[in-house]
Amino acid sequence: MTAEAIVTVCGLTKSFGREETETQVLRGIDLSIRRAEMVALLGPSGSGKSTLLTILGTLMRASGGSHDMLGVDLMRASDAQRTEFRSRHLGFVFQFHHLLSDLTALENVMMPAASAAGRETRAMRARATELLNAVGLSDHLDYRPSAMSGGQRQRAAVARALINNPALVLADEPTGNLDRKSADQVMDLIQKINQTTGASFIISTHDEHIAARCSRRIGLLDGNIVAS
Amino acid sequence: MNAYAVKLALRHLFSHPAQTALLMLGVALGVAVFIFMSALIGGLATLLTLRTVGSIPHIVLEEPDHDPAVLVPSIGALVVLQKDLSRRNQISIWQPAIPIAEQTPGVTFVSPQIRGAAFVERGQAVASVGVIGVMPGKLSAIADIDAAIVEGSSDLLADGILIGSRLARDLGLRVGQIVRLTSDRGRARSLHIGGIFTLGVASADRQAVYMNFSTARALFDLPTGISRIEIKVQPAIDAPRIAARLRSATALKATAWTEDNTQLFEGLDAQARTGTIIKIFALVTIMVGITSAMSLSVVRRQSEIGIMRAMGAGKTFVVSIFVLEGTLIGLIGALVGTGVTWLALAPLPPVAQVARGGLPIDQAQGGFLVAVVLTTLAGALASIQPALRASRIDPVEVIGS
Ligand SMILES: Nc1ncnc2c1ncn2[C@@H]1O[C@H](COP(=O)(O)OP(=O)(O)O)[C@@H](O)[C@H]1O
Ligand SMILES: [Mg+2]
Repeated sequence: MTAEAIVTVCGLTKSFGREETETQVLRGIDLSIRRAEMVALLGPSGSGKSTLLTILGTLMRASGGSHDMLGVDLMRASDAQRTEFRSRHLGFVFQFHHLLSDLTALENVMMPAASAAGRETRAMRARATELLNAVGLSDHLDYRPSAMSGGQRQRAAVARALINNPALVLADEPTGNLDRKSADQVMDLIQKINQTTGASFIISTHDEHIAARCSRRIGLLDGNIVAS
Repeated sequence: MNAYAVKLALRHLFSHPAQTALLMLGVALGVAVFIFMSALIGGLATLLTLRTVGSIPHIVLEEPDHDPAVLVPSIGALVVLQKDLSRRNQISIWQPAIPIAEQTPGVTFVSPQIRGAAFVERGQAVASVGVIGVMPGKLSAIADIDAAIVEGSSDLLADGILIGSRLARDLGLRVGQIVRLTSDRGRARSLHIGGIFTLGVASADRQAVYMNFSTARALFDLPTGISRIEIKVQPAIDAPRIAARLRSATALKATAWTEDNTQLFEGLDAQARTGTIIKIFALVTIMVGITSAMSLSVVRRQSEIGIMRAMGAGKTFVVSIFVLEGTLIGLIGALVGTGVTWLALAPLPPVAQVARGGLPIDQAQGGFLVAVVLTTLAGALASIQPALRASRIDPVEVIGS
């Protein structure tokens, strides 16, 4: 594996509110993620993990600092460019699966690709089937989320995050809602995908057990990176 | 608008069949009201027009008024023109006008008539009547006397007349009796009553007396000319246009029935406006229903919308999903509503045969296509606001970790 950085942030800050009510959540983050890295983002609740992942995922703009990914200056990019960039290069897994209740597992996995392309294609279907096989849901392609267990839904959500071959997957407490056994299954899966596809992962958690399975750990405390 | 948006819109509608069906039922009801109002207002107009124009001529051709010619230039002088009363009001050269009228498109019947006032006497009783002398075979051209005969026959013999039932009652007359008729030219003749009719129009049933053309000629001293030409056209509402044509083609005075019935048209206008208001209310109700249902749906699905936005779906894409849903609800609801209403109105009798007290509902004037188009548009419009709200959803706020 090469050691090139796919995303770099320097002096990244984020504050909410104005004047008296202003709260600084991120206070100058310097961070670089290399290709195929699997990074654990550790920190107590309220330390700014979700905020950092949301900014890295282009769902929110930073207040200051620089944010570059794959040669694109994301601080300068327009909203439309960021939306386009997001659908091409970024994948998301959230604490809650957020699968669309009207769609089957297979259709949910295709959704990010299909909504960008305006239609579902045979190639998308093949790729989604492959991903669902990889996450152990080959028997559940046509299941609606309501007919699947929590662990199965989260694995489908992981498969959905991968449909566009993202360079970076942002996982915000992906196992937070799962029992030990399901959490382990999801982590096994993420590890396997990380190794086979070379996609980088940033996984926020406060679970040491999860962090131990990652290749690098970054600690966050009160909006600053701390040694861990 | 793309295939995937269509798929998602349809999928959402089909995934909640009960909710979708209820919403479409509401739309269908609104559409039913719309169509019912169109058919009723249209039917009422048709019925009133039919009742009004049924027994009257649609166009009357008469000799134009002859104003005296001004022989001196009227510079600086007041000139008083007096109506020329020195001549009989008759069309002296009427034969050429008949084929012209008959060949004019839209004209269905042409009846040259001798008209005049007369007294009918029986014993000491006297009644003033209006005599209508009609040519053989033209008796029922304007008012359907044949069908209105309640006693005797409609044959017009040289010494026979047909009278209305009110006149018969007033004078105690029966078929076969002889009456004396004195014309306003001072000529008198004894005639026997060949038939009695009831047109349902009080003035006609009390005053109209039908008579053989040549008998009328002699009674009213019109050896060659006639009084007027009465014309029926189809449809009756085209009368003013056809009258204008006949005016220029015959140089006669042509009066359409519409000129004497402005009150009817004002009434029909007011009625049509009322119908329009009710139809607008129906459409607005449909729109309010769709908007509120869609707004609820946006709130309920906001995290799903957020996730789509987070995963690369553009704003336009989100807007198109919701607008499509609203349009489909409008379209399908409208199709159901028009289908059911069409079937419900189909067995109703034609307006012309509606019994007294029954609603004259004219299926042909239901405006089914207009209803479908307007309702579909209403569905699309009603969903725009909720769709825009959906597109503005910020993924970060609704996904919340
Ligand atoms: N939209 C927001 N407006 C105001 N404050 C916010 C907002 N989002 C997050 N915060 C604050 O930022 C801090 C960090 O939140 P978060 O990034 O969710 O932490 P973590 O994910 O580590 O628990 C918290 O104190 C939270 O209250
Ligand atoms: Mg968090």
